[in-house]
Amino acid sequence: MSTFAAFFSSMGTAVQGAASQGVLWGVMTLGLYITYKVLDFADLTVDGSFALGGAVSATLIVGGMDPFLTLIAALLAGMLAGAATGLLHTKLQIPGILAGILTMIALYSINIRIIGAANVPLLGEKTVITAITDTLPIGKNWAAILIGTIVAGAVIAALYWFFGTEIGCAIRATGSNERMVRALGGSTDQLKIIGLALGNGLVALSGGLVAQSQGYGDVGMGTGTIVIGLASIIIGEVIFGAGGNFARRLLSVVLGSVVYRVIIAMVLRLGLKSTDLKLLTAVIVALALSIPVLRRDKDLRVYGIVLLAGAVLYLLLVNAAAALAPGNATLLFAARFAALGATAAGFGTIWLTGRRKMAAILKR
Amino acid sequence: MLKLENVSKVFNRGTINEKRAINGLSLHLAPGDFVTVIGGNGAGKSTMLNLISGTLAADSGSILLDGVQLQKLPEHLRAKFLGRVFQDPMMGTAADMGIEENLAMAYRRGKKRGLSWGITAAEREEYHRRLASLGLGLEDRMKSKVGLLSGGQRQALTLLMATLQKPKLLLLDEHTAALDPKTAAKVLELTGEIVGLDKLTTLMVTHNMRDAIRMGNRLIMMHEGRIIADIAGEKKMGLHVSDLMEMFEKASGGEFANDRMLLG
Ligand SMILES: Nc1ncnc2c1ncn2[C@@H]1O[C@H](COP(=O)(O)OP(=O)(O)O)[C@@H](O)[C@H]1O
Ligand SMILES: [Mg+2]
Repeated sequence: MSTFAAFFSSMGTAVQGAASQGVLWGVMTLGLYITYKVLDFADLTVDGSFALGGAVSATLIVGGMDPFLTLIAALLAGMLAGAATGLLHTKLQIPGILAGILTMIALYSINIRIIGAANVPLLGEKTVITAITDTLPIGKNWAAILIGTIVAGAVIAALYWFFGTEIGCAIRATGSNERMVRALGGSTDQLKIIGLALGNGLVALSGGLVAQSQGYGDVGMGTGTIVIGLASIIIGEVIFGAGGNFARRLLSVVLGSVVYRVIIAMVLRLGLKSTDLKLLTAVIVALALSIPVLRRDKDLRVYGIVLLAGAVLYLLLVNAAAALAPGNATLLFAARFAALGATAAGFGTIWLTGRRKMAAILKR
Repeated sequence: MLKLENVSKVFNRGTINEKRAINGLSLHLAPGDFVTVIGGNGAGKSTMLNLISGTLAADSGSILLDGVQLQKLPEHLRAKFLGRVFQDPMMGTAADMGIEENLAMAYRRGKKRGLSWGITAAEREEYHRRLASLGLGLEDRMKSKVGLLSGGQRQALTLLMATLQKPKLLLLDEHTAALDPKTAAKVLELTGEIVGLDKLTTLMVTHNMRDAIRMGNRLIMMHEGRIIADIAGEKKMGLHVSDLMEMFEKASGGEFANDRMLLG
C-alpha cells in the first residue's frame, strides 16, 4: 500500500476526531460570540468557566449523577461565573477585561475545590458519549459529533429565539450603543449581566461536553479558550460571511470551530509540535484582529507575505529533514536554522528597502 | 411641570480643573412650553440637559417632573418620562441594528421588557406609517441597518424614536448642529411639526439664534451655569438677533466677540 493512501486514511480519522472536537467546542464559541460579538465585551472569564463546566460535570458524574443532568449543572455554574464578572464590571465598575481576569483566577481555585484535585478521570464512568455508543452502533467520534450537533443545534435555536425577544433585542442594542439603551429605559447593567451569564453558561456547557468526551475533567483544560474561540469566530466569518440573519451567523460560528479543529489537525500532521499550537492560534488571531489596520495600510501586507512564506518554508524544511534522515538532530537543526534565517532575511530586506517600495516591487 | 430648584454641578471639584458648570440654576416649565436654549460654548446647556436626563448626577438642588423627584432615579428609570436627541447623530441610534429594531426599542421606552417577541406585526405597520410621515423614504427600508443612513436621516429617526412614546419632556441638545444647512432645516422643520402635533413640553438647545427666536414660545439664555435671560410670548416674537447679542455682551463683558454664537 502506498504511503499516500495510509497518510490519507489516517488523515480521515484525524479529521473525524477534529470535527467532533469542533462541534463540542463550537458550543463554547457560541457563548463567546454572545459576549464578544453581541455584547462587545472581551470576556476573559471563559478560560475559567470552560474548566468550571468540565470540573462540575466530571465531578458530578463520578458522584453518580446522570451525565446529561450534569451538563445542566455545568450550564448553571457557568452562568453564575458570568454573572460574577458582570457584577464586578457593572456594580463595582471594574474594567471589563480586569473583571474577567479576576473571575477567571478565582475560578482556578474554585475548580480545584470542586474536583478536590487537579483533575478527575472518568474511566469506566457513564458519560453522554458512552450513553450513545452503548445504544447506537457508532464509534466515539461519531457519538461526539452527534451529541455536539444536537446540543449546538438546540443552542442555536434557543439563542435565535432569545435574541428576538424584548430582552434579547435590548442586549444586542447594548452591545451596539449603550447610551441609547439607557436613554430608552434599558438597564445596561442588568442587560450586560444577563448577557455575560448566558455566554459563560454556554462556555461551561461546552466544557462539560469536552470533559465527558475526553474522559476527564482538568483545571487546566480551559487555558486559551478565549483565543481558540476568537479564532473560530474569525474563521467562521471569513469562510461563511459575517452577514445574514442571526441563526446563520451562529451556524457559521460553529462551523468556524470545526474548520479550526481540522486546520489544527492538519498542521499537527505536517509536523507542528502540539505545544506550539497556542502560539500559532495567537498569531492567527492577532493577524485577523489587525485586518482593519492592514486594510488601511495595504503595504503592511508585505510583512504578512514574508511571515506566511517563512512558516511554509519552516514546515517544508523540517519535514524534509525528518523524512530524509529520521532522528538526525544536526540536519533538523540546520533545517530550522535555514527557515528562520530566510524569514529573518526577508524581514531585513523589507526593512532595508522600505515596505512601500517593496510592495511596489512585488506588485510588478 | 418641570421644576429645577437651585441645581448645581461642579466638575473636578478640588482640582485645578475645577469647573462650576451649573451654578444654582432654577427653571420652571409649564406644560406645553417649547423653550429654546442659547448660550456660549461652555455655558452649561448640555450639562443642564444631562442633569435632567440623569447622564450626570447633580451635586445639589432638586429636579422635579410632575412631582417625581428625578434626581433620585438612575438614568434608565428617568427615561420613562424623557425623549432625547443628541448632537451626535451616532449617539441616538444603534448602528448595527435595523431601522425597525431601533424603533421597537424606542417603542418600549419606559415599559418593562420581557420575553415576548421584540417586534410585532402591528407595530411594524405603525412604524411604516410614522416613518412615511418623515418624508425621507425610510419606510421602504425598515430592515436596513441604521449604520447605512446619513447623519440627517439618523437624526430624523432619533427624533421619531424620542417621541414614539409620548414623553413628558423632550430634550434636544443641538440636534441639528452636526448636519449640513439643508438637512438641518429639514430636521428642524420635522421638530416643529412633531412638537406641535403632540404639544410636547420641550427644551431645545441651539446655537442658531434665529432658530431660537423663530421656534418655541419661550427663550432662555445661559451664561456660566445660570439663566441670564428668560423671554416668553409676545416679547420673544419681537426679538432680534441683535437684541440677544447685546444682552449677551452685557452679561459676559465683551468676551462675546469670538464666540460661535455669532454664527447664528
Ligand atoms: N464631563 C465633564 N468633565 C469636566 N468638565 C466638563 C464635563 N462636561 C462639561 N464640562 C465643562 O462644563 C462646562 C459646561 O459644559 P457644557 O454643558 O457642555 O456647555 P455647553 O453645552 O453650553 O457648550 C464647560 O466648561 C465644560 O468644559
Ligand atoms: Mg453642548
